[in-house]
Amino acid sequence: MKTNSILEKVLANGNLAVTSECGPPRGAVPEKVKEKGQLLAGFVDAVNVTDNQTAMVRMSSLGASILLRQMGLNPLLQMVTRDRNRLAMQSEILSAYAHGIDTMLCLSGDHPHFGDHPMAASVHDIDSIQLIQMVKTMRDEGRFQGGAEIENPPKMFIGAAANPFADPFELRVMRLAKKVAAGVDFIQTQCIYNIEKFETWMEGVRNRGLHEKCYILAGVTPMKSAGMARYMKNKVPGMDVPDAVVARMAAKPKEEQAQEGVDICIETIQRLSQVKGVAGFHIMAIEWEKIVPQIVERAGLLPRPQVA
Amino acid sequence: MDYIQPFNRILLVGCNECVTVCSAGGRKEVGLLSSALQSAFLSAGKSIDIKEHTLERQCDPEYVEELVGMMDGVDAVVSMACGCGVQEVARRYKNKPVFPAVNTKFMGASERQGVWAERCQGCGNCLLGITGGICPIARCSKQLMNGPCGGSTNGKCEISKEVDCAWQLIWDRLKMLGQEERYLDIIPAKDWRTAGGGGPRKIVREDLAG
Repeated sequence: MKTNSILEKVLANGNLAVTSECGPPRGAVPEKVKEKGQLLAGFVDAVNVTDNQTAMVRMSSLGASILLRQMGLNPLLQMVTRDRNRLAMQSEILSAYAHGIDTMLCLSGDHPHFGDHPMAASVHDIDSIQLIQMVKTMRDEGRFQGGAEIENPPKMFIGAAANPFADPFELRVMRLAKKVAAGVDFIQTQCIYNIEKFETWMEGVRNRGLHEKCYILAGVTPMKSAGMARYMKNKVPGMDVPDAVVARMAAKPKEEQAQEGVDICIETIQRLSQVKGVAGFHIMAIEWEKIVPQIVERAGLLPRPQVA
Repeated sequence: MDYIQPFNRILLVGCNECVTVCSAGGRKEVGLLSSALQSAFLSAGKSIDIKEHTLERQCDPEYVEELVGMMDGVDAVVSMACGCGVQEVARRYKNKPVFPAVNTKFMGASERQGVWAERCQGCGNCLLGITGGICPIARCSKQLMNGPCGGSTNGKCEISKEVDCAWQLIWDRLKMLGQEERYLDIIPAKDWRTAGGGGPRKIVREDLAG
């Protein structure tokens, strides 16, 4: 075992892991973080805490992660390279580890163009792959990126994202190979609606043996309405929602669409459970955390293993 | 216009180099700006005396020296050169206010008539040899050094359909060169000292500097 991460233990035991996410509030409102945490407690192995997602200012991932940790949950610290240079990132990793946070996700982050501060300068001192390398060096060599020794090095279980649906598609497996070579331990994918395309990607992943070098958690997001399905299809960069999925949502009367979205999500999980190399699921119920227990239960993923 | 409002006699200085090629601050633009300013001030009820002059190169002390005879007769200088030219004039003529007339944006290339796009950030440690001749620092919106983010769609960047995805361009070029496997090489974290992280940069050629 490389770390004390519960997520690592669940995966190493061969269980299908379950993670979900908590978007911190747009204000100094700890109650909101705790409320979301309460909804997820007992149903997931780790809770992703997003880092100024969609480039909108929120409570920091570290701050909200500490609140969840104090509740006894296992926060998964997301970190984007957009907002901090390597000094700030490394110091934040030390802070996180000092608060018992031992699992993180290395990301480049949404461009400020999409957020509410499009006038901000992006940092991008390093990119997501270089961030993986840096966290691994801190853990395995006990050194900062600059070379100096760390007292009590942070032992982070290192995650990253993968989008099997973005262009150029033929490069997507190689991009994962690069993250594996950089030292990633687990991957959470973009939301999967186009299952065939995901399976094609997974075939490429298996051909390179990458599924044996990192754990791949398939990303799913229940849709609340046909409108949301259309929005994700047309407006969200790198998202692949097939027409058939939109049509299936739209075929239901408005008041039944949310339930249809949940059904699609559960069917997706059940089908992907059969795909060789899928090690678990990342359920991103955006501002809909209360639906997660139902999804986890109906997908047959309860009870969560006790590995501590 | 706010800059020069308080002055009556202005020297408007162009440059014959890059700003001429980019139609931003050469002899022609100096003439155009001069008449535009005069008529704008006239309609605001003020007459202004504008002298026009275009230097061969405004970033070179020996050419900037040419202006010496004109300085006594003016209250302020407006430079149509890039930021380098503006600063060279300000350095040489310490007692004259100098104002920029153009906003210097980037080092780029001409994509077609009237269209220029950024190509180089002058970061001092060139990656072009391993990225198929396309710079991810200057041309990827996230400055990613190891491949496209999840927002690349149909060859375009997620921020705009007007912006090419630099990594799509790099990948297409690596394929054309038969160097697909090169993509797997991880480009390590960059040392930004050569890009300005080490403070203002200077190049000294001992053989020329003497």
